[in-house]
Amino acid sequence: MQRYILSKKNSITLIGAILIALAFFGRFSLDNMAIFNWSLIIASILGVAPIAIQAFQALKVKVVSIDVLVTIAVIGAVLIQNYEESAIVTFLFLFGSYLEQRTLNKTRSAIKELTELAPESALKQMENGEFEEVDVDDVDEGDILLVKTGAKVPVDGTVLTGEGHINEASITGESLPVSKKVDSEVFAGSILENGTIQIRADRVGEDTTFGRIIELVEEAQDSKSEAERFIDRFSKYYTPAVLVLGFIVWLFSKDIELAITILVLGCPGALVIGVPVSNVAGIGNGARNGVLLKGSEVINDFSRVDTIVFDKTGTLTVGNPEVAEKEFYGNNTEEILGYLASVERESDHPLAKAVLQDIGETTFYTVEETEVVKGGGIVAKIGVHRIAVGNVALMEKENVKLSEKAKKDVERFEKNGNSLVLTAVDGELNVLMGIRDQIRPGVKKDLQNLKKLGVKNLVVLSGDNQGTVDLVARELGLTEAHGHMLPEGKSAYIEKMQAEGGIIAFVGDGVNDSPSLALADIGIAMGSGTDVAIETSDVVLMNSDFSRLPHALGLTKSTSRNMKQNITIAVGVVLVLLASLLFSEWMNMSIGMLVHEASILVVILNGMRLLRYRLRG
Amino acid sequence: MQKATIQLETLSCPSCLQKIENAVKGINGVNQDSLKVMFNASKVKVDFDSEAVAINDIEKAIEDLGYPVVKSKVKPA
Repeated sequence: MQRYILSKKNSITLIGAILIALAFFGRFSLDNMAIFNWSLIIASILGVAPIAIQAFQALKVKVVSIDVLVTIAVIGAVLIQNYEESAIVTFLFLFGSYLEQRTLNKTRSAIKELTELAPESALKQMENGEFEEVDVDDVDEGDILLVKTGAKVPVDGTVLTGEGHINEASITGESLPVSKKVDSEVFAGSILENGTIQIRADRVGEDTTFGRIIELVEEAQDSKSEAERFIDRFSKYYTPAVLVLGFIVWLFSKDIELAITILVLGCPGALVIGVPVSNVAGIGNGARNGVLLKGSEVINDFSRVDTIVFDKTGTLTVGNPEVAEKEFYGNNTEEILGYLASVERESDHPLAKAVLQDIGETTFYTVEETEVVKGGGIVAKIGVHRIAVGNVALMEKENVKLSEKAKKDVERFEKNGNSLVLTAVDGELNVLMGIRDQIRPGVKKDLQNLKKLGVKNLVVLSGDNQGTVDLVARELGLTEAHGHMLPEGKSAYIEKMQAEGGIIAFVGDGVNDSPSLALADIGIAMGSGTDVAIETSDVVLMNSDFSRLPHALGLTKSTSRNMKQNITIAVGVVLVLLASLLFSEWMNMSIGMLVHEASILVVILNGMRLLRYRLRG
Repeated sequence: MQKATIQLETLSCPSCLQKIENAVKGINGVNQDSLKVMFNASKVKVDFDSEAVAINDIEKAIEDLGYPVVKSKVKPA
């Protein structure tokens, strides 16, 4: 019976609205007070039923909920024969919670979209060798599963037979399909776009990467900040306090109308719902955009960050050195490039790779008597020619004379932050190449956006030499750059900055920087989401996408502001209502309930704005 | 100790949380400190002693408050 009434709440709300309309029609058009009173009495009784049931259930477990306040107020209004108030208040309360539910679902939609990507069934090999469709919960580690074209991979596993292309957007954020063949790893929640594969289940359910991401986001959206826990504690005592206040007022004034009006006006409504709503919408926006934020405490801390520390130059650069500048001396350039390529082909030094890539197609020669000079380069013979490829020190050792122009070129290349590769044939300098790492496209703008968002210090701590680090710092406008750093040095540096009062975010891939990630006020992991970094960090940028960083910072600032707005609205409404009860004539129960329900909708709608947040500029 | 994750129909009022919390805490055999009622996820997570109380009893306590259980999962903790 109770459950039946609760399940019909929406119909009751609708009937209440019709009855109230009928009542006013009866009174003003037909001039019939009987229709007016009876319609309102029926509307009140019907409407208060579900509220009273909820109130009773709350009292059974010793909770004074809003339902309790409203039920007493409505019964009070019926007793003093103010049917108009009782009917309208119940209707507004029910209609308000209906709208609340609808809009709340909207704010949660982003995270729901994510969880709905979770696979539900799998084709599992049974004992007779046939594949049968089973619920994904019935898959155990070691089971053999069949995945057909268009289907979701149900677990994390290894390909046993077959091949195909898999879209891993739900794990890495990367939408280009990845080719998979025997022994490739596949991830739950990714989609097989073509081909058919059989896989062995390695990790199932919540242990899969996808399962962990969902768990993390779900925990995050319900995590509470210090302020929120305070509000929770507060409202636990606030609601009973309103009840007591109403009772005391009645005791002294014997004015039932005033007492029950206080009960309605004192409802905490928007206060308890305002912060969770901002939280879920902000985290939802992040999840949709490849930013995992671990809870509201993280949102508050991140929004106040004034220093961002990057763990290596590789985060800011492509990490793939290229020939940036070159000069040729003398003739026979084509032939000499062929010599150079032939010698470099034998080396796996990163600079050699850059040189080869730059030369491209050429004629290769047979290389003999190759000798690697430590800290210098390579010396070798091609036919009768002696070829030396290496740095300036090697040239000096080989007695290669540099012309005035060559000396100036060397100086200029070095100043531009290049590593040098010189090529000499038979003691004559022929080619000078300057090689350097390229800044990642877009990083400069991203860093500017971070500064615009109020970050004062951008610091890079790198294991590279100081020259390289300085160059990157100058080009990107970083405030500080330190080379030759070991992991211990990085965490010591962070401690020093914190002692000076800075609020530090540390961006790293988490491989050997876990101490720094944990130590910083905010640890930001750039990774495909498969690493330990997920556990140690506060924020995860999926798919190592640097451009997510300014979005993440801007989002936390907006979310944190949104929470404060919602608290202000909620507290403001209660204060204004109580004040107008004391100082004005027009305040009554119905208006109070209307304002309350409106304020709840306002904070939900305000929170919803976060779903659409995008970084400007 | 078993670990239960109970998925409820969408919760819409924060005061529901307090009700569910108090109701589940009142059951014998559940670990009170492990109890987590998640408002946005509409989930209840709790450790319980399967010898003292069955998952059905926990589900029933929540359903009696008027919050239908969609499904629940039990794993060894």
